[in-house]
Amino acid sequence: MSDSRTEADGGGARPAPPEVAALTDGEWHRLHPATPLLKGGIALVAVLVILFNNAREYVVELFVPGGRRGDEGDPFGYVVEQGWLGWLLLAAFAVIAVFVGGAWLSWTMNTFRVGDDVVEVRSGIVFRTNRRARLDRIQGINIQRPLLARVFGAAKLEVNQAGQDANVNLAYLRSASADDLRREILRRAGGAQQQHAPVAAEGATADGTAGTTAASALDGPPTPGRPDARAPHRPGFGGLVEQRANEFLAPELDPDEAPPQSVVELSPGRLIGSTVLSGYTLFLVAVVVAIAISVITTGEWFLLFVLLPAVLGSGGFYVNRITKSLRYTIAGTRDGVRIGYGLFSTSNETLPPGRIHSVKVSQPLLWRPFGWWDVKINRASRSSTKGAAGQENTTILPVGDEEDVRRVLELVLPELVGVAAVGVAAEEARAGSTAPAVAPETVASETAPTPVPDAAAHAPVPGAAVHASTPHDSATDAAAPPAVRDAVEATTEHTLSLVEGGLRSSGTDGGFTVSPRRAAVLRWFSWRRNGFRSAPGALLLRKGAIWRQLVIVPLPRVQSVGLVQGPLRRRLRLATVHLHTVQGPIVAEIGALDQDDALGFFTTASREAVVAARADRTHRWSEETP
Amino acid sequence: MDRLDIPDAQWTRVSPKYVWPELIGYLVTGLIVAAATAPLWLLGQWWTYAITAVVVVVTIVVAALTPRRVRAIGYQLREDDLLLRKGILFLRVVAVPYGRMQLIDINRGPVVRALGLSDLKFVTAAAASAVTIPGVPADDAERLRDRLVELAESRRAGL
Repeated sequence: MSDSRTEADGGGARPAPPEVAALTDGEWHRLHPATPLLKGGIALVAVLVILFNNAREYVVELFVPGGRRGDEGDPFGYVVEQGWLGWLLLAAFAVIAVFVGGAWLSWTMNTFRVGDDVVEVRSGIVFRTNRRARLDRIQGINIQRPLLARVFGAAKLEVNQAGQDANVNLAYLRSASADDLRREILRRAGGAQQQHAPVAAEGATADGTAGTTAASALDGPPTPGRPDARAPHRPGFGGLVEQRANEFLAPELDPDEAPPQSVVELSPGRLIGSTVLSGYTLFLVAVVVAIAISVITTGEWFLLFVLLPAVLGSGGFYVNRITKSLRYTIAGTRDGVRIGYGLFSTSNETLPPGRIHSVKVSQPLLWRPFGWWDVKINRASRSSTKGAAGQENTTILPVGDEEDVRRVLELVLPELVGVAAVGVAAEEARAGSTAPAVAPETVASETAPTPVPDAAAHAPVPGAAVHASTPHDSATDAAAPPAVRDAVEATTEHTLSLVEGGLRSSGTDGGFTVSPRRAAVLRWFSWRRNGFRSAPGALLLRKGAIWRQLVIVPLPRVQSVGLVQGPLRRRLRLATVHLHTVQGPIVAEIGALDQDDALGFFTTASREAVVAARADRTHRWSEETP
Repeated sequence: MDRLDIPDAQWTRVSPKYVWPELIGYLVTGLIVAAATAPLWLLGQWWTYAITAVVVVVTIVVAALTPRRVRAIGYQLREDDLLLRKGILFLRVVAVPYGRMQLIDINRGPVVRALGLSDLKFVTAAAASAVTIPGVPADDAERLRDRLVELAESRRAGL
C-alpha cells in the first residue's frame, strides 16, 4: 500500500512528497532536530540569562574596575570572595552538559511510526512509554505552530483520541510535512481504498471565481499552489531563510488540501466588538464603578491604587483574546471540518465527520443588538491546547451573524442540512402552504439518477442520510446539472429557515413542541420558546428568551436518553428530558415540558438514537458503504 | 394524578432483599450524623436537641420509605436498549442502547454479598448516563452481564 502511494497519485498530478512517503512507511522515525531546543531549551536559556543577570555587576567590574558597590548578602559575591568561582563555572558546565545530553538522548529515544491502522509513539529514557492509537478512533488532528516553532519551521501534531490524556503528540515535526502527514493519517483513518484525487483541480472547478480570487489573495503568487515546500529549492542559507519566510507568511489553510477559502470571514472589527461586549466587560465596569463610588464616598484613595493595576492589566486579556482569534478560518475538507486561528502562534485542527457530539449556538445578551452568535461543540477528546480566544477548544465559531452560523452548521452537520429541508418541506406541505415547499423534494427525486453524492442526503430516511453526504456542496454545485443546483439552493434556503426557527423564533414556529402555559411558573420568560424538535439525523433543543440558545445533538452520537421528574414538576405535570452525550460545555437537556410531550420525546429519541447509531458509518468516513 | 410511566413496559423488579443493604446504609449514616450532633448538647440550648431529633426523624422517614423505593426500581431489556426506572419522589428513567455500553461492572458490598446479591453498573461514554441496577441475585447478575455484553457486541457502535 505504501509503495503504490508514492508513485500512483491519480491523473498525473504531483507525486506525494518524498519526506511524507518516508514518514508513513511504517518504519520508526525521529522528530524534528530542533525539538529539544523548542521543548526545553528555552527554559535553559532563561536560566542562563538569570544567572548572568546576577553576575552582571562582576562582569562589568572586569572591564570597569571600582564600579561595584559592596553588598554583603549577595550569594554570587560570597562565592567570588571564597575563591570558588572556578568550581561554580565547572558545576554550571556540568549541569548544562547533562541537560543537553539528556535532551539529545530523549530526542533519539522519541520515535514514531504510522502504520495502516495505528499511529505509535515511543518515548522516555528511563521510563519507556509506548503509545499506540487506532486510526479509526481518531477524534481530530491538531497542528499547532507556536511562534518560536514557526521560526524554526517546526509544528506540533496532536492526534486526539477519546478520553482524558489519551492524545498522541508528535512534537515537533517539520512544518511542511506536518500538513501532509495529517492528510495521510486522515486518509488511512477514513478507510479510503485508493489515494484521493488531488484537490487542487477540484478547488479550481468548484466555484471558479470565488475560489481563485480567494486563493490568489491569500497566496500572493497567482497560481494556487503550495508556496512553501514545493517552491524551487534554492540551495544555501539564503534559500533556507526564504523558505522559512514563506512558511511563516503562508496561509494557515494549506491550499492544496482544502478549498482554501474559509466559509466565514471574521472581520477584526467584529472580533474586537464581540470581545469588548463580553461578560467580562460587565464585570470590569462594575469594578470601576465600585472604585469610583468608594473613592467619592470615603475620600480614601488607597482602593484606587490597589485595584487600578488589576483593571489596567485586563487590557492584556483583551489583546490576548483578540490575537488568538485573529485569522480564524473554517472550511470543509473531505476528511472533515478544518478550523484554524491565531496570529502569532497558530493552531489548525481537522475534525473528521461524526466526531462532534453536540452543537450549541448561543447568544450572550450584549450581542443581541448586533445579531451575533457563537457556536460551541462537545467532543470526546480533551486537547491539551487552548482554542480560539484562549477558551477550551470547543468553540468553533467565536462570533458570527446568522449567515455565518448557518454556514458553520452546514459544515459540521451536513446530514442535518441535507435532510432538514425535506423535513421542513413535509411540514409546510402538511400545514397547507404549497408552492415553495414541495420544490426541493420533487426536484431531488427527478434528478435522483444523477450521480450526486448529496442525493443520499435528500432521502427522507433518517439513518441513510447520516454518513453519505460530503461537505463538498460547492464541488457538486458546479458539476451537477442546473436542476440539482437549484435543489441545493432551495435546500440551503430551507436550512436557513430551520436555523432561524431555532435561533430567534418562539412558539410552534419551525416545528418545535414547546412548554405548556403552566410551565411559566418555572420558565418565566422563555416558556413560549422552550421547546424541542426532532429533525431527521438530529435533535434540536431551543431554549432561553434572554440568553438564547439552540442545542443540536446528532442522533448517532446520543449515548443514552433520560427522563426526570421531581415532586414540583409532578404537581405541574411537567418533566425534563436529558440527552446524554460525552462531557463538554454543552448539557443537552430540556426542562419544563408537558409530561406527555416529554414521554413522547423520550420514546422517539431513544428509538431513533438506536437506529441512527446502527446506520452510522462515520468511524470509517471515506469507506464505500457495503 | 396519573403517574409518568413508559407505556406497556414490563418492568423486572430487583430482589426484595435489597431493602436490607439500603436500610442498613441509611440507618448507619443517620446514626453517624446524629452522633456528630451530640456534642452540641453540651451547649445546653434547646435547639441542639432539636437538631438531633430532626436527624433521627428524617432517618426514620427515609428508612420507612425504603421498601417502596426498592419496589420502584425496575429494569427491562428491550430489543435495542436497556430501560431503567428509579425513584418515587424523584422519578428517573434512562434508556441506554446496548451498542453504547462501554463496560459493565459487577460490584458486591459486604451486606449485598451476605444476601447473595450483586450490583450491576453500566458505563457509557457519557458520564451522565451512570446506570446502576442494584440488588440483582448473584447468579442472575452474571447471566445478565454476559447477556448484555453479548448484546453490546452484536450491536457495537462507535462513540
